[in-house]
Amino acid sequence: MSGYIPTSREKRAELLESVGLKLDNLFDAIPDEIKIKDKNFSGLNAQGLSEQEIIAQLTNLAERNQRVDQYDSYLGAGFYDHYSPAVIDHIIGRQEFLTSYTPYQAEMSQGTLQAIFEWQSYICRLTGLDVSNSSIYDGASAAAEALLLTCRQTKKDKVWVSEGLNPEYLATIKTYFHAAGLEVEIGALNEQGTAAGTYPSGDDYAGFLIQSPNFFGIVEDMRELVKKAEQNQVLSVVSCDLISLAMFKSPGEVGVDIACGEAQPLGIPLNFGGPAVGFLAAKQKLMRKMPGRIAGQTTDTEGKIAYVLTLQAREQHIRREKATSNICTSQALLATAATIYLALNGRSGLKEVAEQSAAKAIYLHNKLIQTGLFEAIYNKPFFREFAVKLRYGGSLDALNKKLLEHRVIGGLALSDDVWLLAVTEKKSKKAMDDFVALVANLIRHENVLGG
Amino acid sequence: MKYQTNLIFDLPQTGDNANRILKKCDVIKPNFAEFYGEHLLREKDLNIPNLSEIQVLRHYTNMSAKNFGVENGPYPLGSCTMKYNPKVNENMANLPGFRNTHPLQPTETVQGNLTLLYNLEQQLNDIFGMDHFTFQPSAGAHGELTGIMMIKAYHEANEDFERTVMLIPDSAHGTNPASAAMAEFEIREIKSNADGLVDVEDLKQKIDDKIAGIMLTNPNTLGLFEKEVKEITGLIHEAGGLCYYDGANANAILMQTRPGDMGFDVVHLNVHKTFGTPHGGGGPGAGPVGIKKILEPFLPKPVIKKLDADQTKFILDYDRPQSIGKVRAFTGSFSVCVKTYAYILAYGKQGLAEVSEAAVANARYLLERVRDSYHVPYQEPAMHEFIITAAWQKEKYGIITTDIAKRLIDYGYHPPTVYFPLIVQEAMMFEPTDTETLEGLEGLADALNAIAKEATENPDLLKNAPHNMSITRPDETKAARNPILKV
Repeated sequence: MSGYIPTSREKRAELLESVGLKLDNLFDAIPDEIKIKDKNFSGLNAQGLSEQEIIAQLTNLAERNQRVDQYDSYLGAGFYDHYSPAVIDHIIGRQEFLTSYTPYQAEMSQGTLQAIFEWQSYICRLTGLDVSNSSIYDGASAAAEALLLTCRQTKKDKVWVSEGLNPEYLATIKTYFHAAGLEVEIGALNEQGTAAGTYPSGDDYAGFLIQSPNFFGIVEDMRELVKKAEQNQVLSVVSCDLISLAMFKSPGEVGVDIACGEAQPLGIPLNFGGPAVGFLAAKQKLMRKMPGRIAGQTTDTEGKIAYVLTLQAREQHIRREKATSNICTSQALLATAATIYLALNGRSGLKEVAEQSAAKAIYLHNKLIQTGLFEAIYNKPFFREFAVKLRYGGSLDALNKKLLEHRVIGGLALSDDVWLLAVTEKKSKKAMDDFVALVANLIRHENVLGG
Repeated sequence: MKYQTNLIFDLPQTGDNANRILKKCDVIKPNFAEFYGEHLLREKDLNIPNLSEIQVLRHYTNMSAKNFGVENGPYPLGSCTMKYNPKVNENMANLPGFRNTHPLQPTETVQGNLTLLYNLEQQLNDIFGMDHFTFQPSAGAHGELTGIMMIKAYHEANEDFERTVMLIPDSAHGTNPASAAMAEFEIREIKSNADGLVDVEDLKQKIDDKIAGIMLTNPNTLGLFEKEVKEITGLIHEAGGLCYYDGANANAILMQTRPGDMGFDVVHLNVHKTFGTPHGGGGPGAGPVGIKKILEPFLPKPVIKKLDADQTKFILDYDRPQSIGKVRAFTGSFSVCVKTYAYILAYGKQGLAEVSEAAVANARYLLERVRDSYHVPYQEPAMHEFIITAAWQKEKYGIITTDIAKRLIDYGYHPPTVYFPLIVQEAMMFEPTDTETLEGLEGLADALNAIAKEATENPDLLKNAPHNMSITRPDETKAARNPILKV
């Protein structure tokens, strides 16, 4: 018996013989010319490893990484290190949620279906919109799917995207749109780092998309987006941050048609970037053109409330090439984790997470500026992330390298001299004070920037 | 668990958890209205409840009891390969050294992650006979789209802009045509023959200089091995097309044969099927895509590479001018890849060969055990899954596939995949997988035979099933006509 197979070869042969079959003939349908004869491959062990050996090998690999819980990290840019309450892992570790399939058999999947229904409800309450799907791969593919939705709805083949969007998302949109034969126009930010005054005119666009808070952390005023979109008969899309919505006006409240984004900040571990969990919500009028699974409430034959996957006429297993998307996977387990995060924190907790993150980002920003070594590149209010520029030039790569020696993972160097830094509620005042002092010391006294 | 669970929004609010979970803020909160301006700020608090920890735990624990998982019992959902998900793999994916790494960390600080992905790529190359794998796609269908985009990029690079047709068998998963359509391909359907295999004569007639490629599942969705696969891939290559292997059924061929040797240029895997990563009620998955060398320039970026100067060090290479770009942010579903890696380590070459052997043996055995009770539409030898239908029961007793599937629930088993593939009427597709136990196989067979008997004696027992779940059959028509999608 290898690995986790519960039967022995002998037993298997015996079973097959009892119904007139032979173990040796199982693969007769495979022509000889393509059968594997020489299994002498390089990358694979001949034999499986024991559980203890697996743990030893993987622990060794894991320990070769430097981690954000042992280093003082200022990375964000799409993935944020918020605190994940202990309860989450306990619930999503339950095999009933963890090991079950997509809930095709509703009677056996009411747990997953209700969890998805609650996720959809939370997403609608946060974004202020009418309909949410059951989740999507990540924030980047959610943005691409949101824009494809605008094209389906308006039957137009060009979209406009503000450059304030996360570059990873923008790259993803370009890939999807190139393949689909659709056009993406990119709008540069204004001098203050926002989309204000940069919107195009003309009715040949399907959608306008901005991100808020944008890639530089700046909170965008969505009112202009909505106004410009309405004037041009274009759908408005905002890629937004769910935690920030505890403080700021929601896209729906302002009149935005579609909200999308990444729900990783809601207690999902960093995991080197994945798995992630995208969300997509829209106004009622777009419901039947949404991509992805959607759960709905109905009743059973006895009149009891029941949950099912619904509006499946949009989907690939029924519509095939005419489906709204090829997507079948949702991120159900992570959507459930994010839902539990929202349930545990509640409106008070989420607001506190948002306010602490904002307060700490503002604190760090001001401290860095006060050193006299950095200047703000934009002077617009930001949420938990901001960009600063070296005042006297130099190389941030060199600074970041030096910081690593001090067990600090610095901000993301967007260029030689522009630094993008993020903090969450987890960051302590002391850590930030020490960080700023260290940075100032390295620049002033150790000349790490060179020159 | 027959009782009803309230929605989380209906629970009585008992106060907030914020002060228990979060530290007190140690910096002064500025006047936010002043900092941001009133126009940006929310006027009222969010309308989400404040609850206590025990309320939340009970709520979700009770909901979980209304689900069925692989550890509850047999889950023979065909084409989904619901095998056992090793527990130790969960522990490994949650090691803090993996879990607490940020995707944008300098590559020198994540050498453990990059080594793992590099090693996994070598393993998958070996197992599937490919030259490279990318881990960026988040799921099987995402992998399909990525693979199809690379095929499109390949033809574009050859300035072969007229290749706009993708050939897809009529038995294919719905994702195949849907993925191809997202990359603007026109779908040309190929017929299955009476044996349930690709009709090669029909294929020949549908090949012309407009074809970009073919998407094929092997064993196909009827659980049958496409014996003429070499001829098929040869015909496509001759016509200038590329061949795409849908890896949904890869569990049947592990270490027996390889898509690379069958002539495929692109392969996607669903690691939750082949390598036992948990499906999570719908995801997260991972859909690694393997390619032959000719497609290397088009891989999504970044690509993991060994450093020229030091072969023990890895970097992320973004300098790839012909790349299709990105299909999602960052490098992919990393922690799902950790589980995949741990799974492959647990088996090794010989173990993986036994996986496919056990998967096929279990399916064959189960089919023989129920053959007299149900109509078997295809006589070719089944691989890891098989199809039976409710045709006999429907004709005589008005029993349809749904009734049989729902009655299986009463016996404590998850139903098979139903009404798929679309080319078979009243289809039930069973896939017991390699990790099904003897008692699970015997129990499933006994239950299916008993249900066939019940259909003759007491059809209402089937029509009203299931009888012991938290709900009876839900009204799906009502759900779609009057959608209630949130509260």
